[in-house]
Amino acid sequence: MSVLVNKNSRILVQGITGKAGSFHAQQCLDYGTNIVAGVTPGRGGSTFEKKVPVFDTVGAAVRETGADVSMVFVPPPFAADSILEALDAGIGLVVAITEGIPVKDMAEVKGKLLSTGARLIGPNCPGIITPGECKIGIMPGYIHKPGRVGVVSRSGTLTYEAVWQLTSRGHGQSTCIGIGGDPINGTSHLDCVKLFNEDPDTDAIIMIGEIGGTAEEEAAAYIKEHVKKPVAAFIAGTTAPPGRRMGHAGAIVSGGKGTAEAKIAAMREANIAVAETPSDMADALLRVYKP
Amino acid sequence: MNIHEYQAKELFQKYGIPVPAGAACRAGNEFDTALAGLPDEALVVKSQIHAGGRGKGTFTDGYQGGVKVVKSRAEAREAAAKMLGNTLVTHQTGPEGRKVQTVYFTQASDIVKEYYLAIVMDRATSSPVIIASTEGGVDIETVADQTPDKIIRVTVDPLLGLKPYQAREVAFGLGFKDDQFKQMVKLLANLYRLFWEKDCSLLEINPLVTTPEGKIEALDAKVNFDDNALFRLPDIAALRDLNEEDPKEIEASKYNLNYIALDGNIACMVNGAGLAMATMDIIKHFGGSPANFLDVGGGANAEQVTQAFKIILSDPNVKGILVNIFGGIMKCDTIATGIIEAAKAVKLDRPLVVRLEGTNVEAGKKLLGESGLAIEPADTLAEAAEKIVNLVGKA
Repeated sequence: MSVLVNKNSRILVQGITGKAGSFHAQQCLDYGTNIVAGVTPGRGGSTFEKKVPVFDTVGAAVRETGADVSMVFVPPPFAADSILEALDAGIGLVVAITEGIPVKDMAEVKGKLLSTGARLIGPNCPGIITPGECKIGIMPGYIHKPGRVGVVSRSGTLTYEAVWQLTSRGHGQSTCIGIGGDPINGTSHLDCVKLFNEDPDTDAIIMIGEIGGTAEEEAAAYIKEHVKKPVAAFIAGTTAPPGRRMGHAGAIVSGGKGTAEAKIAAMREANIAVAETPSDMADALLRVYKP
Repeated sequence: MNIHEYQAKELFQKYGIPVPAGAACRAGNEFDTALAGLPDEALVVKSQIHAGGRGKGTFTDGYQGGVKVVKSRAEAREAAAKMLGNTLVTHQTGPEGRKVQTVYFTQASDIVKEYYLAIVMDRATSSPVIIASTEGGVDIETVADQTPDKIIRVTVDPLLGLKPYQAREVAFGLGFKDDQFKQMVKLLANLYRLFWEKDCSLLEINPLVTTPEGKIEALDAKVNFDDNALFRLPDIAALRDLNEEDPKEIEASKYNLNYIALDGNIACMVNGAGLAMATMDIIKHFGGSPANFLDVGGGANAEQVTQAFKIILSDPNVKGILVNIFGGIMKCDTIATGIIEAAKAVKLDRPLVVRLEGTNVEAGKKLLGESGLAIEPADTLAEAAEKIVNLVGKA
């Protein structure tokens, strides 16, 4: 078991004929992900890599193939429209990889999302992977190993770092979720912590956050009250100067809010094992988690 | 992206948000034409830089105040001549200050009362939020901290837009009546329209004032735009002032590198924003001081790596470099080739520690080892950070 996706998930790729979309769709296929359809408007009727049928619309793809998860690689100017199309077609889980979507577009998507009951992961994220079953995104598959640690993070390569530390020490992952670095995203740290907490096959959690916003504090407050599973955390950006956006649009300390210190204090308050450095993420967990 | 106050006020005028009459100049010979359109009485002369605290700032030649209230056109001309081309230091510019390339003349308004008004894109609610207060002209964070009941917050549904009842809630909340109430409701509608149509992340008026004639005017204007939306806002993108940005950051943006200059001496080059931040943190943890944030992205090629090296080495404070790449999609041998080419091209003269992990890592390490270059390899991030800090010396 795992959260959100598994070997039975039926994946649709929006933007499958684009440069990034085709490359990563192939990588996902190689990993064993069950990709059942692609969508590129105007390319309907063709076939991707001789096996995946391509449709003009998400609606047609869902009707023909029963796809239930969409991975979005559509360029930023059109990405929000593609997410809305997926939601309208009844897709239950949309994973938006695209980086650089205007915040206003995401505000509209978020408004729509609340009325559909669907879940969005991202945008500007590496995606989600249930090791050994299903990889939806751009993460390197081989660093993962099936197991019982859930990982949630805003950052891509920092997630790989944590996963690799776990795998190198012999510990696999149940599911790893990259929620993305944008100020408005579909799924929060808190949402993922709840999912991991309820998943019988997840025994421990690593949560990786960064400066900006208050999402990490909200997750910490929930963990303090409700989570019995061991949790370790790392917050990136202790040394970032205020008022500067550190790559991720969401990673900014403004008006004294969103500092690493405040987040780390909230974590400690919730008895979360806080990693001192990014090299210490797996070890921090293993200090409190003895499988 | 930030713009200058005079640019923001020109936008305000286009959207029917009242501002005092004004004119901007980039050269001394433009003063007379600019001032001809303004009355020969009380005027304000304002240095245009992207930093707050201008009024209390000091120029590097000792001249006091980047914002001056004067009594005549002649005095305005005199103050503007002192400011233009001079370097203004405020609490937000850092000690090096910012060169004033534009001055803005405006009519001085008589003020009855000052208010605060802003619209921000709020991440907690994923919606625009209007923030207003009767405590204008002061630091709004202090007001929020000490007298939170004096802050009015109204969340706007992004799918519905600002509704009239919400504008009324703000206008009544600020205590407006009669004609001023009508002016305020209209101003709010126009301000929201600007916020939404131009993809703003922040619109701030501090202070918004009432005048003895009963008018409401925006005396200051701060506007930030969402960088991700500039592709569809050519008129806004044209307002970018490269003089306000670090030349290294401009150079980096040409190659799709995400670079931010800092004041330490250990340069870093990393793939991914989160890992780049974490790399800065671990340098600090071992007693060093990062010279920059640099994210080369997930798909960097050899040319980008070379350009990145050139940019970080152009900073004279840099005494050593740490490269930290977690090769996933980007293979480690490709990165190693890029590093070797770059090190040769720029005649690398400072210590370089490289930590590679991920796809084809062994091939990458082999290439680096056989390159004949003085590259210090490291297996883990902690080891890499410790090595570079020891080579460069603690901060």
